Amino acid sequence: MYNPQTHTKWKRTQLSNSPHLHPPGTLDYNELSTQGPSQPVTVFRTAAKEAVLKNEAMLLLGDEAIAQGALDAGVSGFYAYPGTPSTEIMEYVQRSRDAAERNVHRAWSANEKTAVESALGMSYAGKRAMACMKHVGLNVAADPFINSAITGVNGGLIITVADDPSMHSSQNEQDSRFYGKFALLPMLEPSSQQEAYDMCRHGFELSEAVQLPVLLRITTRLAHSRSGVKPRPAIPERPLQLPQDMRQFVLLPAIARKRYRRLIELQPELVKAAQESPFNSYQDGPDRSMGIVACGLAINYVRESFPDGVSPYPLLQIGQYPVPVNRLERMADECGRILVVEEGQPFVEESLRGALNRGMDVRGRMDGTLPPDGELTPNRVRVALGMDDRSGEPVPEIVRMRPPALCRGCSHADTYKALNQAVKSEYGDGHVFSDIGCYTLGALPPFESVNSCVDMGASITMAKGAADAGMRPAVAVIGDSTFCHSGMTGLLDAVIENTPILVMILDNSATAMTGGQDSHAYGRLENICLGLGVEREHLHLINPVPKNHGDFVALIRRELDYDGVSVIIPTRECIQTLKKRSKGKPAGSPAGKQGGRQ
Amino acid sequence: MKCDIILAGVGGQGILSIATVLGYAAIESGLSLKQAEVHGMSQRGGAVQSHLRIAQGFIHSDLVALGGADLVVSVEPMEALRYLPWLGPEGWVVTNTTPFVNIPDYPREAELAASLEALPRKVAIDADGIARDAGNPRGMNMAVAGAASLFIDIPFINMEAGVKAIFSRKGEEVVEKNLAVLREGRRQAEAARG
Repeated sequence: MYNPQTHTKWKRTQLSNSPHLHPPGTLDYNELSTQGPSQPVTVFRTAAKEAVLKNEAMLLLGDEAIAQGALDAGVSGFYAYPGTPSTEIMEYVQRSRDAAERNVHRAWSANEKTAVESALGMSYAGKRAMACMKHVGLNVAADPFINSAITGVNGGLIITVADDPSMHSSQNEQDSRFYGKFALLPMLEPSSQQEAYDMCRHGFELSEAVQLPVLLRITTRLAHSRSGVKPRPAIPERPLQLPQDMRQFVLLPAIARKRYRRLIELQPELVKAAQESPFNSYQDGPDRSMGIVACGLAINYVRESFPDGVSPYPLLQIGQYPVPVNRLERMADECGRILVVEEGQPFVEESLRGALNRGMDVRGRMDGTLPPDGELTPNRVRVALGMDDRSGEPVPEIVRMRPPALCRGCSHADTYKALNQAVKSEYGDGHVFSDIGCYTLGALPPFESVNSCVDMGASITMAKGAADAGMRPAVAVIGDSTFCHSGMTGLLDAVIENTPILVMILDNSATAMTGGQDSHAYGRLENICLGLGVEREHLHLINPVPKNHGDFVALIRRELDYDGVSVIIPTRECIQTLKKRSKGKPAGSPAGKQGGRQ
Repeated sequence: MKCDIILAGVGGQGILSIATVLGYAAIESGLSLKQAEVHGMSQRGGAVQSHLRIAQGFIHSDLVALGGADLVVSVEPMEALRYLPWLGPEGWVVTNTTPFVNIPDYPREAELAASLEALPRKVAIDADGIARDAGNPRGMNMAVAGAASLFIDIPFINMEAGVKAIFSRKGEEVVEKNLAVLREGRRQAEAARG
């Protein structure tokens, strides 16, 4: 069973800010200025090997550190659906020469659920696997995620989830640690790019030792911040090997009950592992009027607040969960009160308070010491520590909001012009349901064409529900990749009942919001719709260029008159990839996705 | 040495390339750095910023604190003003003066000029003009990088090395044009600082 001694044989390095960064010439800085797989192939792996030889650090995003960390830990496959702020993990792997030489699996999945299931399948086959997604992607993957805790793993399995507090590019700011606790799984939360790298190897070892998946939780600021990472010598991939117990993955009730009991019985060992983890540390301090619990990268804002980064208060850094109970006990015994600083929702704070909150004095997001929502900042943490804010001059009144907008020349703009003329002008506002992707910007001026954006695929199903309620017309607008992610099943529902809805699948055959990933839809949309049962005479492709505007409007009007399911697929390449190709750069792929998870 | 920088602009204007050049120069100079970037939705013509922290020794936070920036470096004049809450008491603003107008209610030229003029420590240069005059209209961001270099305690030769590194793939002529813009940006900033 689990022996934590085998997992502490290497010390945590302190090189996340090493001045000995990688020398010029070996690290490709062109990579830093562009996005997506369309950029020139970068010789990352050579850089990593050289960095190991020379004992130097590479300059990596948190996402990239995870990719390199998993590669060096002998991972055999990555499975992911793009979504900010997690996208760059897979993009890094797709650029990695070493991943190509090893033939590490690195193609995108249709959605997060298929990604986690495939990663679990690779684990079943005895190899190490990683699934990556943004936080709301874990909602889609919740079914295999929770059940993978019951089956357990064979080869090491890490589920990497990037949360987006402050909703920089998201619909909510849910904290994935609640999912980890819900599933009763061990979790890791790095405080730096170096820890993100190191936690991959630690996570696979932990996963195999306890035979459970491990949740690796990061947030936007770590995912999209660059710093020095010192790689370690890579280890080989694991061989193909079946699970010892051929019923381990058969969750029939009688087996699942036993597996679930095992999972519960493992919990004390998971606590013990966290208590002995190199990623959980307790530093005493002279002023015991307060103790500070800092989770993940929160420790950086705490240290930033004190001269030379030295806290006068006892400081518990948490990077591995379940929470290290013995260290919390020590803090409770020795300190007057506890301040919990955590990125996201009050996960640790709430558990320390309990429902009755009659124990010790616990401060954090729940009592207003820190704001209840939004990401942590150096200033928020300073104020929580009782220091002044130090903000500079206010923003002058003349400064205006500058929200993102559809690009000049974007095909969606022409689609929305036609849609507004055929729907909004004739039936008024409120008839168009939309989805997750660039085209969601159609909700803003100057178009204001769409009236919903909820989750991947919800445009079609919400239009269906509204049509069921009697609303006419009911229109859905969804991107090609979002359609393949979660729209197809909803369309099938509508086809079965022949619900009167018009579905517009905006196919830009190219890169959009998340930066140029392959779309499973490419070249398949028409056949998918026909296969789902859409009638051929109510399935139309159109090129949404200005000269076709009249035809486009007429087509929409005609299909709005049909009392059943209609699908129109406006197809025109994304202006961004068109520009890249005209500059002579290789386009990422002939396919693209326009959904993405923002 | 410690230099906390807010890089500002509009999605697509090339602030990440400035970050790359400055970051490269910092590493060449044996310094640590952390750089927080904006990815995702805002890159579609929205306001974007990057936090670049350069120091001798360990850097904790990925973000620059409000009131803690030594420099606000902007490729667009209105965007420079958006980040004044980050600027420290002794901090400088280095900005391009050419507006990027993609919103209907962009401030009037006189208002914008007055707000910039009111800043106690600023260098405002026509980076678009510098780039155009050098026959390199796309090199505006390198003019701003050159101007910013005046306020960062890093040898200028390392800044030039950064430009060489990121443009070497595109040929000697592109490298030279961008170096010319970088140097002119720095020269005009020196003149403007007085």
